[in-house]
Amino acid sequence: MALLDRTARGLFLTELVKGMALTFSYMFRPRATINYPYERGPISPRFRGEHALRRYPNGEERCIACKLCEAVCPALAITIEAEPREDGSRRTTRYDIDMTKCIYCGLCQEACPVDAIVEGPNLEFATETREELFYNKEKLLSNGDRWEAQLASNIAADAPYR
Amino acid sequence: MGEYLTSLWGDLPVVVRIVAAILAIVVPLLVGMAMLTYMERKVLGAMQLRQGPALVGPFGLLQPFADGLKLLAKETIIPSGANRMVFLAAPMLTFLLALVAWAVIPFGEGLVLANINVGVLYLFAISSLGVYGIIMAGWASNSKYSFLGGLRSAAQMVSYEVSIGLVIITVLLCVGSLNLSKIVEAQRTVWFCIPLFPMFVVFFVSALAETNRAPFDLPEGESELSGGFFVEYSSMSFAMFFLGEYINMILMSALTSVLFLGGWLPPLDIAPFNWLPGPIWFILKIVLVLFFFIWVRATLPRYRYDQLMRLGWKVFLPFSLIWVVLTAGVLVYFDLLPTT
Amino acid sequence: MTLTALAFYAFATILLASAVRVITAKNPVHSVLFLILAFFNAAGLFVLIGAEFVAFILVIVYVGAVAVLFLFVVMMLDIDFQQLRSGFLQNLPVGIIVGLILAVELVALVALHYVQPGAGVATAAPAAAVSNTEAIGRVLYTDYVYAFQASGLILLVAMIGAIVLTLRHRAGVRRQQIAQQLDRKRSDVVAIRKVPTRGGV
Repeated sequence: MALLDRTARGLFLTELVKGMALTFSYMFRPRATINYPYERGPISPRFRGEHALRRYPNGEERCIACKLCEAVCPALAITIEAEPREDGSRRTTRYDIDMTKCIYCGLCQEACPVDAIVEGPNLEFATETREELFYNKEKLLSNGDRWEAQLASNIAADAPYR
Repeated sequence: MGEYLTSLWGDLPVVVRIVAAILAIVVPLLVGMAMLTYMERKVLGAMQLRQGPALVGPFGLLQPFADGLKLLAKETIIPSGANRMVFLAAPMLTFLLALVAWAVIPFGEGLVLANINVGVLYLFAISSLGVYGIIMAGWASNSKYSFLGGLRSAAQMVSYEVSIGLVIITVLLCVGSLNLSKIVEAQRTVWFCIPLFPMFVVFFVSALAETNRAPFDLPEGESELSGGFFVEYSSMSFAMFFLGEYINMILMSALTSVLFLGGWLPPLDIAPFNWLPGPIWFILKIVLVLFFFIWVRATLPRYRYDQLMRLGWKVFLPFSLIWVVLTAGVLVYFDLLPTT
Repeated sequence: MTLTALAFYAFATILLASAVRVITAKNPVHSVLFLILAFFNAAGLFVLIGAEFVAFILVIVYVGAVAVLFLFVVMMLDIDFQQLRSGFLQNLPVGIIVGLILAVELVALVALHYVQPGAGVATAAPAAAVSNTEAIGRVLYTDYVYAFQASGLILLVAMIGAIVLTLRHRAGVRRQQIAQQLDRKRSDVVAIRKVPTRGGV
């Protein structure tokens, strides 16, 4: 009986037909991919992308040059130099991040007492030269200005869990 | 207007008429080949829940042309250890043979470039020559991957030609002529894919093997031979192989529809079906068979080499031989043999 | 000078030239490729005399199958053809004699055919209405049916002989048995046991 069964299955190619039917049915299922540059998947508020230095609403930069981020950075990607400004407040004169060293661990963001250095949602900052990836304070601040709305909402969204 | 055009056509010199007729086949064929690569990528994409090419032109329709241009602009590399003449002749041969075969394919009633009496034999001869392009490429590249790919493909094509030959013989028994137009005409009452269904399946599978398509794409075998016989080819010489391979696919589909699916005949000779002209039906059938080619590629994993040989020699050969005898027996017993 | 004559001279020239190249080419693979070209042009000549069936059979059998095997062998075996040619001069006289005899015989046959039509070669001029595939079929399966079957039998014997000579059953080789593999069921080979803790099976 088993022989007959097997012969019949072999002769009528039932298994083959089953497989073909399966692939055919897949043709009409919704596709699993997205049209990337035009469509994007959702990104978590905790996403750790490109760095940015934020400002207060009045335009004053948040960073107070405590150097906690520099100290905590496991990849030694952050370099900070600081001295008092004319008005006596402590500010950085140099804030560099070497993005080629950075491992995007987010420890700098965790360490920052004033939410100045953050990792934003931007993941498309590929460059054509290596030099462009050595971010300075100016670049980081401009990032902060550009992404401020989303950075603020991300921090607000994540606040209840901290 | 029509009459004027006909008379104008008649007044043209023979050479011009022949060249025009050839161009009328070759140009749509090349465009069709481009569309086939597009269709393959789209269908494969859909079956794998992807979307396939979508960026170049509307729905990505211009993607194959972009690919072609890219290949044209690339550098032709000839390996230093290669046998130059043979290396360059191989892709040309493949491409040429793929095109030459179309001379005898009937697109409609009387719509055939050369209505020769041994059309089936001609096609069979041309397809058996196809192996040379591959084996020459494999040898001339002077690379072990190419060589192994070439040997595999030669063995494969020679083996499956045997079963294709036997399948063709069963069809010829039912028709009584080697003329392709007559084969189509003989299917007025019923398409041969119904009474000869097992042979239809054998033919289709052998056609897959003959065109080196998945699941019999061992000569290419990306995962083990890193591309097989055309590893060393680049630029236009690669494009020629690619063109030749896909045109061969279309050719095999055309042959399948001529032998088994009634060529240019509509499925039923009643009102809604016979509104469409014959050539349109023929093209629709070719597209259907091509869809099967792609569908099979999306479904089945690659055969191992010994399984391939086992299928060809131990399953298809005896099976189709038995069917030849059976068909002949039935035809003689019921006195259905076609009279010429 | 018609188109046919032109085609004939083209085919004949290429045929002869490639035949010469078959024996003069240094690279054996080139020799085989020229041999294929020669076959092809011979097929062209057959088409010119109206024997398209023979022409295509020549292409299918010789070019499509036999020459592929030649090419296989030549590519796979690393034969030193220079060494094979070393006795060329000593064997030359014998070769010339054999060649001459063959040439004379061929010429005699053709000459006889011209002098006395119908003698020597069996000329069964097919009727104009019958295609030459059919004509061959009619002769092959009626007048020459025994000879035809006998040649088929001889080929069969040759094939079996080749298989018997090359088929080796090595001891200790495990072969794949596809039917058995397909027959295997989960229930036959897998048993689920309850294993007591620290008890072992």
